[in-house]
Amino acid sequence: MRDPDAHIEVRDLAIGYGSYVIQRDLSFDVAAGAIFVIMGGSGCGKSTLMKSLIGLHPPSAGSIRIDGTDLWESEPSTRRELMLQGGVLFQGGALWSSMTLGENVALMLEQYTHLDPGEIEDVVSFKLGLVGLAGFEDFYPSEISGGMRKRAGLARAMALDPSILFFDEPSSGLDPISSRRLDDLILQLRGTLGTTAVIATHDLASIFALADDSILLDTESKTMIAAGNPSSLLKESTDPRVQAFLRRGEI
Amino acid sequence: MPEDEPRISTSRLDDETLLITLSGIWSMKGPAPDTGVLEELRSGSSLLRVVLDTTGLEDWDTSLITRLKRIGDTAARRGIVVDTGRLPPGITSLLGMVKPASEADLPRAEFDREEFFYRVGEASIGFVESALDILGFVGETSVAFAKFLAGRARFRKVDFLIALQDAGAQSLPIVTVIGLLIGVILAFVGVIQLRLFGAQVYVANLVGIATVREMGPLMAAIIMAGRSGAAFAAHLGTMTVNEEVDALKTAGFSPVEFLVLPRVLALTAMLPLLALYTDFMAIVGGAVVGVGAFDIPYAQYLEHTARAVPPLFFALGLIKATIYGALVALAGCYYGIRCGRSASAVGTATTSAVVLGVTLVIVATAVTTIIYDILGV
Repeated sequence: MRDPDAHIEVRDLAIGYGSYVIQRDLSFDVAAGAIFVIMGGSGCGKSTLMKSLIGLHPPSAGSIRIDGTDLWESEPSTRRELMLQGGVLFQGGALWSSMTLGENVALMLEQYTHLDPGEIEDVVSFKLGLVGLAGFEDFYPSEISGGMRKRAGLARAMALDPSILFFDEPSSGLDPISSRRLDDLILQLRGTLGTTAVIATHDLASIFALADDSILLDTESKTMIAAGNPSSLLKESTDPRVQAFLRRGEI
Repeated sequence: MPEDEPRISTSRLDDETLLITLSGIWSMKGPAPDTGVLEELRSGSSLLRVVLDTTGLEDWDTSLITRLKRIGDTAARRGIVVDTGRLPPGITSLLGMVKPASEADLPRAEFDREEFFYRVGEASIGFVESALDILGFVGETSVAFAKFLAGRARFRKVDFLIALQDAGAQSLPIVTVIGLLIGVILAFVGVIQLRLFGAQVYVANLVGIATVREMGPLMAAIIMAGRSGAAFAAHLGTMTVNEEVDALKTAGFSPVEFLVLPRVLALTAMLPLLALYTDFMAIVGGAVVGVGAFDIPYAQYLEHTARAVPPLFFALGLIKATIYGALVALAGCYYGIRCGRSASAVGTATTSAVVLGVTLVIVATAVTTIIYDILGV
């Protein structure tokens, strides 16, 4: 049964490389407008699951539906349409290094919209302004700091006003304050634009600050061992592994 | 004995108990302590217990810990009990932190990777897979090229122009040097042989035909494999490592169309021009030797060259150069796009790109030369 509120539906998903399974039996829904966190320790397959959700890594089994359309079973052109509904912030920002920040944000606008160059310029400076990088249009990624690169990556991810934003380890490599500012930015975006956010992270501060809903992936059992709001999980879950993760190992 | 030396000595407390006294300064940078104790542990009969005394220790570092571990391991193998009760707490806790790796923690291979048949099988499967992969890549690039011809390919014009500049004007200095020297070498080798028959003027024919038909395009291609092929692999490889290629895919761009196509187009367009330039430089080099060193009249040298090298030969050379350009660019881009996700993978990709590029060029030289021969041109 399809839940009308679900933006992304994942059913019986298995991911891995070749015959090597990293995670299996993953089933969860991401509600429209929710901030959904994929939690798990290092090496548990968070990033690989993320790659399957954004259309980069085919799953070994199961299905991912975005607004009711199967991402991996559909035609390449449909898949591309679906992929364009989401914006992705990669771990290191992954800005195109041979282009300026402005060109990074503008590329998709030039490709997929009918805006004229002047309007594109306006959109670019608006998006860069949203992430606190107004005036940095002509800088190359190598000329700015890691935290700024992440924010610029977010501006690029938001270029086409996507309905879903994917974040791969948004706080990795950021100091606590920058990381907190990025979290606030995510909350603001959800609040103002109603964007659905899917975040893969193991940063507890971000998890409790952001998540409406979550799943916890486990390396040993190779599947999800908990689902729900992290704060409720902390109060209610009786699974020692869940408690250990959410309490930084202190039980 | 100087004060700062590590000292280790033993004495028997009773028949079954060995007292090991450790004192002095134990430092990895200092002199090595005596190893006789281990011998005694291995051979000493009737030993049941070892007591460690470290009250005389002045300072210590990892060298002491490793020695204690060695003593502990040796003792354990003989079933001797080691009493660590008298060790300072710092040392005991360090020793306690080092747990032996358990079998379950270590990744285990399904097969013995050293086994001959396993390796042969692995290599064969790998070869077939990579051959299919290369075929797929060539196919993807062909589709992208067809799109380009139809005017629907999506890439940044500036990428194409930069590749054009890099493979063109910026390559001229090295191509000039190599071209001139190839001409000089061919002329020297040729003129010395031809002089035996009093036919040294024909060195102009030799240099002209050899460079225009074969050596010009070949040398230009080998230079460009080392220059642009390597640069393509390193650039695209680094983009793969930085997830920039993933970012392109999620933005709905085909990496082959967006990154590979402009580079292949640029090198395929520029290599014939470079080959033409190399031809010219080599003929100049040949003339320098022929006219300058062997007194062939300048006009005669030019006339011989012009008669020996009809326009058809230039065309044949340029066809070769176009093929080489595509091959070198494809090899560079292939290894760049398929690069692993580490810094060393970029190095491997670059090496492989140059090796494959040069190999393909040599194979293509042989094949085209045979085809030309069959066609009688």
